Amino acid sequence: MRPETEAELAETIKAASGPLRLRGGGTRAVGRSTGEVLETGGLSGIVLYEPGALTLVARAGTPLAEIEAALEAEGQRLPFEPMDHRGLLGTTGAPTVGGMAAANASGPRRVQAGACRDYMLGVRFVDGAGQILRNGGRVMKNVTGYDLVKLMAGSWGTLGVLTEVAFKVLPKPEAVASVLLDGLTQEAAPDAMARALGSPFDISGAAHLPEGPEGTPLTLLRVEGFAESVAYRAERLRDLFAGSAVRIETDPKRNAALWRDIRDVAPFHTRAGDVWRISCKPSDGPELAARLGAEATLFDWGGGLIWALLPEGSDARARLGTFGGHATRVRGEGESPVFQPEPAPVAALSRGLRARFDPRGVLNPGLMA
Amino acid sequence: MQMPEPDTRVLSRKAQIVARLRAVLPDDAVIEDPAETRAYECDALTAYRCPPLCAVLPASTEEVSAVLTICHEEGVPVVPRGSGTSLAGGALPTADSVILGVARMNEVLETDYANRFIRVQTGRTNLSVSGAVEEEEFFYAPDPSSQLACAIAGNIAMNSGGAHCLKYGVTTNNLLGVTMVLMDGTVIELGGAHLDAGGLDLLGVVCGSEGQLGVVTEATLRILRKPEGARPVLMGFGSNEVAGECVSDIIKAGVLPVAIEFMDRPCIEACEAFAHAGYPDCEALLIVEVEGSEAEIAEQLGLILQIARRHDPVELREAQDADEAARIWLGRKSAFGAMGQINDYMCLDGTIPVSALPLVLRRIGEMSAEFGLGVANVFHAGDGNMHPLILFDANKPGDLELCERFGAEILKLCVEVGGCLTGEHGVGIEKRDLMTVQYGAADLEVQMAVKDVFDPEWLLNPAKVFPLDVSAARRVVAAE
Repeated sequence: MRPETEAELAETIKAASGPLRLRGGGTRAVGRSTGEVLETGGLSGIVLYEPGALTLVARAGTPLAEIEAALEAEGQRLPFEPMDHRGLLGTTGAPTVGGMAAANASGPRRVQAGACRDYMLGVRFVDGAGQILRNGGRVMKNVTGYDLVKLMAGSWGTLGVLTEVAFKVLPKPEAVASVLLDGLTQEAAPDAMARALGSPFDISGAAHLPEGPEGTPLTLLRVEGFAESVAYRAERLRDLFAGSAVRIETDPKRNAALWRDIRDVAPFHTRAGDVWRISCKPSDGPELAARLGAEATLFDWGGGLIWALLPEGSDARARLGTFGGHATRVRGEGESPVFQPEPAPVAALSRGLRARFDPRGVLNPGLMA
Repeated sequence: MQMPEPDTRVLSRKAQIVARLRAVLPDDAVIEDPAETRAYECDALTAYRCPPLCAVLPASTEEVSAVLTICHEEGVPVVPRGSGTSLAGGALPTADSVILGVARMNEVLETDYANRFIRVQTGRTNLSVSGAVEEEEFFYAPDPSSQLACAIAGNIAMNSGGAHCLKYGVTTNNLLGVTMVLMDGTVIELGGAHLDAGGLDLLGVVCGSEGQLGVVTEATLRILRKPEGARPVLMGFGSNEVAGECVSDIIKAGVLPVAIEFMDRPCIEACEAFAHAGYPDCEALLIVEVEGSEAEIAEQLGLILQIARRHDPVELREAQDADEAARIWLGRKSAFGAMGQINDYMCLDGTIPVSALPLVLRRIGEMSAEFGLGVANVFHAGDGNMHPLILFDANKPGDLELCERFGAEILKLCVEVGGCLTGEHGVGIEKRDLMTVQYGAADLEVQMAVKDVFDPEWLLNPAKVFPLDVSAARRVVAAE
């Protein structure tokens, strides 16, 4: 099913007699979802773009590439650097606005700029009863009633089907540089990243690859902004890590490739096994990684986001034990739940919300459950 | 302002309810003496007052849980209160409600510079959170104007922002986790020191829910390292339109200042008379602040001044030192006090798309003439959050009501041009009955359904946010 308008989508959902499996571009096939496929690709197009107000509104099925091209023409961008799941999940198709928002897909810049949800100003969506609803707006500050925009972000289509999203966008910086530290151990890297993130040099990315492109450990710190300021901050960071092996990468193309690979977890693309995504307190990273005993790891967000490659069917949570944070199986099958089970009273609230937004339980029923 | 009739069944059981609360709290934490509860009969929206049944001041999450358990069992509405600085009446009690103040809960529980967060009890004031991490050159970014007095609990309830949120975002963008007590006394944790939600983003909906979903007792807040420096520039323009265009051009040029503040002539004149900040004689004034390293400040200010010069400025003044920077901010920061000296006023809080600025200011000017009430405008121009101050005479019968009608017209205009009813103050009771201007019946229904899940009996701050007639059925069912 591929409705062409919001009203058609609402009618389709209202008429549904069984589970619906929601699909934007079909690139983020995370978790268990069954039912008849309902595509949002027919609801496409940029509704409004005001560069002077840093605002863009687009229909949910709009391909991200179209958004990025429009922003690029005005020297702007989506600051949260949304991850592209295709390489990791082996999916094809084109990522869409709705899929990105429903997954709250955020990349390395999350540590500085915030997540996808932080740039969502307003939404229109159709709930499980087929009602067309809206929340938020298209202005940066809005505390008029409850913030359902945040609730919809990262809800994987379980509360409603997004039909339109308003975003705050930001200017694209003039220059970028990465400060590269060679040879840090997994234990030392979070510490180094914390020093950088705790400096006044406005770090817009901090990641660690135990096996970098040269097969040796590589820690990457990114600064962005006006050219002169970027050069200055990169040098100050070099000073901060005096005594270590420090290089500075200033080539825009090589920088783009480095950070795209981190964003999309490229080192795991060609390797078999399950992929887990662990969100934690950055300084807990080394200990958690040790407990995981993974075949490969990648640390983003200063160590607060661990990507781990485990043998097929492994239960990362069993290995992790109790910790502050959560683990999601992004790739792979298994008995254990895909999303982190919640403590009973929180799970009751989540269940309650799903029951209100989707009383018949037709929207992606197996997801996040 | 209409409020629901107090529940006589609650009023008649006052002695029993207070006795039960006394049994779980220290003696001085339950306030029922009418002379003492006066302090809790309103918040900063002082036009509306009502003494509560009693006020309680718990000192821990456990005590909050004990209080809520009792109130839940007794069917008593609870109005949570931070420092009482709400301008929307968010903490206004009813006669049958217990005010639950978090003022005694003001401890710093944990500071963690390596992971860049601080965990505090939510009675702590906004400014003192930054104060607690100042020695290590860190700060907590959201900076509402009331930051000296307002509590983190209220900041979370109202999703507060401030002048610098253009760059740093508002509370929701800086809140990592909370410990919260549900109305039935259940204690839950949402989020934590990690950056994203595991399941549904419940934290995101709690932030800004005006104390209707639970009582937040502890908060994990993101802290940031201070930039190397900051510098403001003052710019005077010949008209509001030109100043508005300048704002838009600055943003389009790729500069992201930390703050862009806008003042119109009535506001400039009042501030100047009060603070003697040396503001120029002009129709509209912008204060733009940038920060970073010296090189970055110079580069950004260079670009901003270049853009400003294209708009025929009356004056451009770059702060040369800290003293001059302070003087530039002085007038703006004393705007509300300055206006208060010359007149009674009502401070509105609507938000508009920046592109609608000239139109909205022109319409406000026209409406000002129609209503016969003066208006001074001060606002956060970078994000379109306006604060028209409507001047009236509180001693003149009918003036307040006229002022409220005028205010409602301005807020409707904000929605009409694509904005919203409130950018940072919240709905409270003040804008409750305007909610239908911005949202349809189904949109409000789904928001109320969220409250149904967290607080099925509608006991937490029940007569706020939603129009009384819209929420009536739920509140009535709950009371039975």
